[in-house]
Amino acid sequence: MSRPLLEVRRLDAFYGDFQALFGLDFQIDADETIAIIGANGAGKSTLLKSLAGLISSKGQTLVWNGAERGGWKAHEAVRSGVALVPEGRRLFASLSVEENLKAGAYGGRKGYWTLERIFEIFPDLVAKRNNPGSALSGGQQQMVAIGRALMANPDLLLCDEISLGLAPRIVKDIYLTLPRIREQGTALVIVEQDINQALAVSDRIYCIQEGRMSLTGTPAELTRQQIVEAYFGVREKAS
Amino acid sequence: MIWVNAIVQGVLLGGLYALFAAGLSLMFGVMRFVNLAHGDFIVVAAYLTLVVCDTTGVNPFVAILLIVPIMGAAGYALQRFLFNRVLGQDILPPVLVTFGLSIIIQNALLNYYGANGRKVTVGALDTASINFGPELAIGSLPVLTFVVAVSIIALIGFISYRTGIGRMLRATADDPETVGLMGANNAHTFAIATMIAAAVVAIAGGLFAMRTNFDPSAGPVRLLFAFEAVIIGGLGSLWGTLAGGIALGIAQTVGGQIDPRFQLLAGHLIFLVILAVRPQGLFSRRTS
Repeated sequence: MSRPLLEVRRLDAFYGDFQALFGLDFQIDADETIAIIGANGAGKSTLLKSLAGLISSKGQTLVWNGAERGGWKAHEAVRSGVALVPEGRRLFASLSVEENLKAGAYGGRKGYWTLERIFEIFPDLVAKRNNPGSALSGGQQQMVAIGRALMANPDLLLCDEISLGLAPRIVKDIYLTLPRIREQGTALVIVEQDINQALAVSDRIYCIQEGRMSLTGTPAELTRQQIVEAYFGVREKAS
Repeated sequence: MIWVNAIVQGVLLGGLYALFAAGLSLMFGVMRFVNLAHGDFIVVAAYLTLVVCDTTGVNPFVAILLIVPIMGAAGYALQRFLFNRVLGQDILPPVLVTFGLSIIIQNALLNYYGANGRKVTVGALDTASINFGPELAIGSLPVLTFVVAVSIIALIGFISYRTGIGRMLRATADDPETVGLMGANNAHTFAIATMIAAAVVAIAGGLFAMRTNFDPSAGPVRLLFAFEAVIIGGLGSLWGTLAGGIALGIAQTVGGQIDPRFQLLAGHLIFLVILAVRPQGLFSRRTS
């Protein structure tokens, strides 16, 4: 059995005194696409931030490529090969589109993804390359955010709500690029509100409810009913 | 013609003020760090220039070239091991720490060098000037200072807009959390910003030492000039800082032409007028 690319065991996460995650187990293999679903505030973003080092996992079990890396910082995670497309895109407003993309390569990891290849999968950005990051449509901003993360040539790409606030047509375009990213051997974690979208693109899903893992499995083996219960927690009400 | 002379002198003086301000502006811009010891750093650089000249006998300009890397390295270390510890949401700890540092520096300098005014002489360049008639003479050293100031500001602009680390400095100014996701270690990026600021301070302090007398207590006034130049020019604007320095310099020399006692006051008044009329500064990119 091959070892997982990334694994966390009994992960807790805190914002100050507020505990957002309670003993979460999560793992992903190098050839997987995983979708994380759950209601607003369930802890999906918190999990991604913990994996990417934006929230400290100090003293906890986070195993990357077989090595114990609990408590790594964001810059260490990126340099090791974990890139995050943050919620809300978080482009650098005073940098141009091209500069935003180049900033993503700051960690110095070399690989398939270069400025030219990003412009190849997101041709809309070519004409806007000298625009400020903020002077773009929402979809284009999301493309820059994804491109910027890819510029780090990650082994694992974490995508937080990449369809948030975008028109369905744009969402479809962006999701069409995911197979292209997978082709380069990059594992994907996608946080998605839209359950159908999540089931369509993923090999496995995790459902988080109030900071705890409520369900995991492949789209094929999970029933609609199970997912709805895990998502909204209706089981407790029914009992 | 004496007014033309006053304005020309003011412009040239403004170059020095812009150099005073550039480092302060850079540190505030990148990490919202207010360095109250900035003026004292300038004075330290002035003393370093003096010491290097006195002990080795080299030309003061060579001395500046020697202290630039020393000050830069010290700036990096100071940020990495002291200032980074007090950086956070609260603006007060950096202010307190640098205020304390300012007192320490002033007293250390007083202890070693005494309270006497000192100056670095540059030989014939001290008095060399280009004359344009009886009432207009432009000193060679002020011209040189101005040229250096413009070059340094252009160089900072080049670093900010054309290099990877400069891009990261600007990105850090935008969003210090997200730059971590780019693989940048903030502790290092901040230290680089302070290193550049300290290197500029080394040049500013060296030129300052050649221009006028200085003593251990000269720092706070330089800090004030630097603040005024930054505010007049507009926070975050590189060339605005030069414009702010020039505006301050002109106000001082024209004020001094009216009445020598009016010199410093005129500079402060211009600063207050700008604050009242255009609080975002002449060239601010942030208008809201």
